Amino acid sequence: MLSQLEQIEKKALADLESVKNEGSLAEWHVAHLGRNAPIMQVFDKLGQLAKDERPVIGRRANEIKRTLEAAEAERSGQLRQAALSQALQSERLDVTMPGRQVPHGRLHPSTRTLRRIIHIFAEMGFQVYRSHDVETDEYNFQLLNFPPFHPAREMQDSFYMAGDYPKNNPLLLRTHTSPGQIRSMREYASMDPKNPPPIRIVLPGMCYRYEQISARSEIQFNQVEGLAVGEHITFSDLKGTLTDFARRMFGAQVRSRFRAAHFPFTEPSAEMDIECFVCGGMGCPVCKRTGWLEILGCGMVHPVVLQNGGYDPRRFSGYAFGMGSERVAMLIHRIDDIRNFWMNDLRFLEQF
Amino acid sequence: MKVPLSWLKDFVDITIPVEELAHRLTMAGLEVEEITYVGLPMPKSDQRQETKISGIEWEPEKIVVGAVLEVMPHPNADRLVLCRLDDGKEEQIVLTGAPNLYPYKGIGPLPKPIMVAYAKEGAQIYDGHQPGQVLVTLKRAKIRGIDSYSMACSEKELGISDEHSGIIFLDDDAKAGTPLVEYMGDAVLDIAITPNIARDANILGVAREVSALTGASLRQPSFDMVTEGIPIEGSVSIEIREPVLNPRFVLGLIEGIEIKPSPYKIQRRLRLAGMRPINNIVDATNYVMLEIGQPLHAFDYDSLVKRVGGRSPTIITRRAKQNEKLTTLDNVERTLDDFSVMVCDTKGVVSIAGVMGGAETEINEATKSILLEGAAWNYINIRRTLTAQKFSSEAGYRFSRGVHPAMAERGVRRCLEFMRQWAGGKIRKGLVDNYPLPAHDPVVEITTHDVERWLGIRLSSPEIAEILSRLEFSVEINGDTIKAATPDHRMDIGEGVVGMADLMEEIARIYGYERIPETRMSDTLPPQRNNPYHDLEESARDDLVKLGLQEVVTYRMTSPEREVRCFPAGTPLEPRIYLKLANPIISERVVMRQSVLSGVLEAVERNARLQPRLALFEIGPVFLPVEGQLLPDEPRQLVIVLSGPRALPGWQPADTAPMDFFDMKGIIGEFLMGLHLPAPRCETAEHPTYHPGKCARLWLDDQEIGVFGELHPLLKERLELPETPVIAAELNLEAILAAIPQGYVVEGTPAFPPVLEDLAVVVDESLPAERVEMLIRESGGKIVIDVRLFDVYRDDKLGTNKKSLAYSITYQAQDRTLTDDEVAKIRKRIIHKLEEDLGAKLRS
Ligand SMILES: [Zn+2]
Repeated sequence: MLSQLEQIEKKALADLESVKNEGSLAEWHVAHLGRNAPIMQVFDKLGQLAKDERPVIGRRANEIKRTLEAAEAERSGQLRQAALSQALQSERLDVTMPGRQVPHGRLHPSTRTLRRIIHIFAEMGFQVYRSHDVETDEYNFQLLNFPPFHPAREMQDSFYMAGDYPKNNPLLLRTHTSPGQIRSMREYASMDPKNPPPIRIVLPGMCYRYEQISARSEIQFNQVEGLAVGEHITFSDLKGTLTDFARRMFGAQVRSRFRAAHFPFTEPSAEMDIECFVCGGMGCPVCKRTGWLEILGCGMVHPVVLQNGGYDPRRFSGYAFGMGSERVAMLIHRIDDIRNFWMNDLRFLEQF
Repeated sequence: MKVPLSWLKDFVDITIPVEELAHRLTMAGLEVEEITYVGLPMPKSDQRQETKISGIEWEPEKIVVGAVLEVMPHPNADRLVLCRLDDGKEEQIVLTGAPNLYPYKGIGPLPKPIMVAYAKEGAQIYDGHQPGQVLVTLKRAKIRGIDSYSMACSEKELGISDEHSGIIFLDDDAKAGTPLVEYMGDAVLDIAITPNIARDANILGVAREVSALTGASLRQPSFDMVTEGIPIEGSVSIEIREPVLNPRFVLGLIEGIEIKPSPYKIQRRLRLAGMRPINNIVDATNYVMLEIGQPLHAFDYDSLVKRVGGRSPTIITRRAKQNEKLTTLDNVERTLDDFSVMVCDTKGVVSIAGVMGGAETEINEATKSILLEGAAWNYINIRRTLTAQKFSSEAGYRFSRGVHPAMAERGVRRCLEFMRQWAGGKIRKGLVDNYPLPAHDPVVEITTHDVERWLGIRLSSPEIAEILSRLEFSVEINGDTIKAATPDHRMDIGEGVVGMADLMEEIARIYGYERIPETRMSDTLPPQRNNPYHDLEESARDDLVKLGLQEVVTYRMTSPEREVRCFPAGTPLEPRIYLKLANPIISERVVMRQSVLSGVLEAVERNARLQPRLALFEIGPVFLPVEGQLLPDEPRQLVIVLSGPRALPGWQPADTAPMDFFDMKGIIGEFLMGLHLPAPRCETAEHPTYHPGKCARLWLDDQEIGVFGELHPLLKERLELPETPVIAAELNLEAILAAIPQGYVVEGTPAFPPVLEDLAVVVDESLPAERVEMLIRESGGKIVIDVRLFDVYRDDKLGTNKKSLAYSITYQAQDRTLTDDEVAKIRKRIIHKLEEDLGAKLRS
């Protein structure tokens, strides 16, 4: 009987050797560990054996059964491993093929640039204030200290509206976002005329100039104006705020400088240049070899403008600045022709 | 304004390099736009040039002063002469064709040598015969049998001007052999003069700034004159009718002058400054104008006397009559406005004040006596006159920006003295000076505290006083207060707090903007508020971009013709009332737009041939005039346009079918849902822009929010659009944003499983699908949380004019697991309602 058992084990293990896949392993299981497998039949027949033979045979049969089960598990593991490596081998992609297309949209570069500018100032407490594209001469010029026939008006050629408007106050397309200075100051001052609240706003918007369209000038362009009014606002604050802005907009290393300039609605006035971030100030075609890029105009709000806005210039001071956002975008992205912005050629727009 | 360095140095010592000077001036608000070298050594051409640089330098060894000793005929050419020239070392034979040497040809050794600019072999100069400035190196050549290796130069060849009709005759103080750069090498600063520094539109003004910026002292010009004539009294009188227009009028008289060319130095300076030399008298007026900023006018005194029959003339200044006529020097008959001011005598008009003279009293070759006018005018009237007459001049430029009346007398004095020096004659003693409206020069008080409050720097009163006095303010210090009296050459300082701002600018400029520190604002931060409208508009843009749309921005100026292109040709339209430009710059941009769609369709046309798939949007205002309202309304529209395949073909299967009405509807629905708005109601609509069967109007509650659809085939014919259908939407963004709820609440994640079921019903073809869905939702109640149409099926077996609509319905309760019974009950209710209300039949 014992030798019969040894035969069963030997045969089963030999058969297991030739099992090559999960299917034949299942067959092997039926043949050697299934209900009718020889080893199972040994268990069935145990009762018929002599009393003293029974424990010996029973123990040995159990050993063999465990051995076969362990061998089966091991074999199964080997087979799974082999199948997995084979599958991994055969499931190789050409990773260089293009990815599936995702329909995409993008913001216009002007919107993107406006947002970046506004975002930086928003973190400094400047809030967005918007006003009309169509303005009166009074708001666009007179209240900003450009009297009629003032020579400074020539710096901003305007589109006027045809119509039956008062001769001293025709309608025009705003030449800058500065009329919003008066509108916002008046709005704030009206909250408490005796003690007008401080102001910190940015005014984005489309502006218009009567100019031949060329690579360098457009009849419409976006501007972002900034205005801070309070009892302790100084020219040094203006310099600090705008230098911070320039570092965040153009790069942490970028140096700024302020040159004296003239705008009727600020005094003292300045133009801010930043060191050319293309050449690091060494001189290149972008900065026309000067090493500097003109970014914005700014200055302390003129007392007449404060007064017109309802803020007593003896008590309040303020600063204002204005920049063309397309010009900023042009510098950052090295766009050499401003006409790209309203041409709406997708080959241009899709790059942003 | 062009400022020759040599002239500037008459008034202030300059020890820093020219580029450094240009930098300092630029930083102080006198922007130097270009430095043109005319002889002086140019900076080494390194990469960086803070100021644009051009010009020529004269090599000291190769370009020198030469003395022409004799002018001899050329043996083989009539138009050429040979000069015997002393270059300081040896005699040279120089060949030239300069016509201004012809008179000396063949007269033998000259009694007095003619001093010229002599360029030796190998010198670099500009080619005199080529247009523009082309550098050439002088080389030895044979011209008509004679060796030529050097040259006596014209101004053009040396870069002084484009004058090439003769060679330069230098003044007598030139010595043969002196390097020309030493004798008259120069550099010209071209400075942009902004309106606030009109006082600097002259050499003295710039010199004053240089002095203030560098600390070098200013040498005041002399206003003394040598008067050898009899007193002027009785020779002329002045009558000013409107002092506001003409605050001051000064006359001086010089007799016995001789009209001839000015000294070469003067001619050269005028040319470098951009003016043409005429003769010694005209040059003297221009020279003084450029030098100290006071325009002057020279009358032929004798012709004035003759006009009034030999009596002493009276000069009258008055306002022109509206439409008064005058023929000016340039032979143009001008019609004047009543804001122009005229200079007249008792006989009639002699000139337009400050602008242009009349022919009769102008000086000429034979003039012997000069009556010199120096006047002050109201700059606004001069400015308006220049604009109305479409005229510009150096004098007009200055008068139209304001010249202080004190300068009138100074100008007359300095100019008469120059005339005496350059033209001979005797100056009459005294001036006739009518000054009815003396200038008021504001006295402004500021304190050290003001400076700190404004500029953020702490300066002591002596420091402030020092800065202001460098600009010729008279200052008085009283503790922390500085009282500054405006000098009588500038008119830009205001009174009171305005004057304070004006002084702040001067203090900051001269102190140096770069020395003012950078600080962060310490002032109270205003209450922080959002700008909800702006924020919502921006988040709308983001949502649209996420839906795959590309933002475009188009012109807000357009023309009615362009906007009509949004409709099929021949569509009867109500004429729009546009906001019209009074001065359009191009014919296709003449009104403010009322249609954003037309601009976006232009963008579609531009891209149609280049891009198979277009999905664009624009957000922007239209401009609507409103009766009884000064400013127009500027409501914002949202326009979306789609065309082309839903997805571009790729290597995997893709839905490349053209986008249609339902793509747009999907985008709009998703967009509104993103803004937490309910699904809009869609209603079949008629609109000339759109296909009559594929157009819908959108409603949010009872507010119409826009229209969308496929473009009408006839409109597509009119435009250059893609082959594929073009679907457009014009939405009222204002109404949409206004409808957005302030906030919204959400349900938590359901704890109980949903039940999903499909339901297909057969209905009439004409029944809008929307009604089926609405009825399912209504009759299902709040247990039905989602209803989705997933199939539309048409078949004759369903019956004629029938369609089958299949919906997937999600049932969900928040507080329990739904039982089959419950769901079956609701389902039954839905079916019953569909059958009852819509005549639907359940499809098994
Ligand atoms: Zn650069």
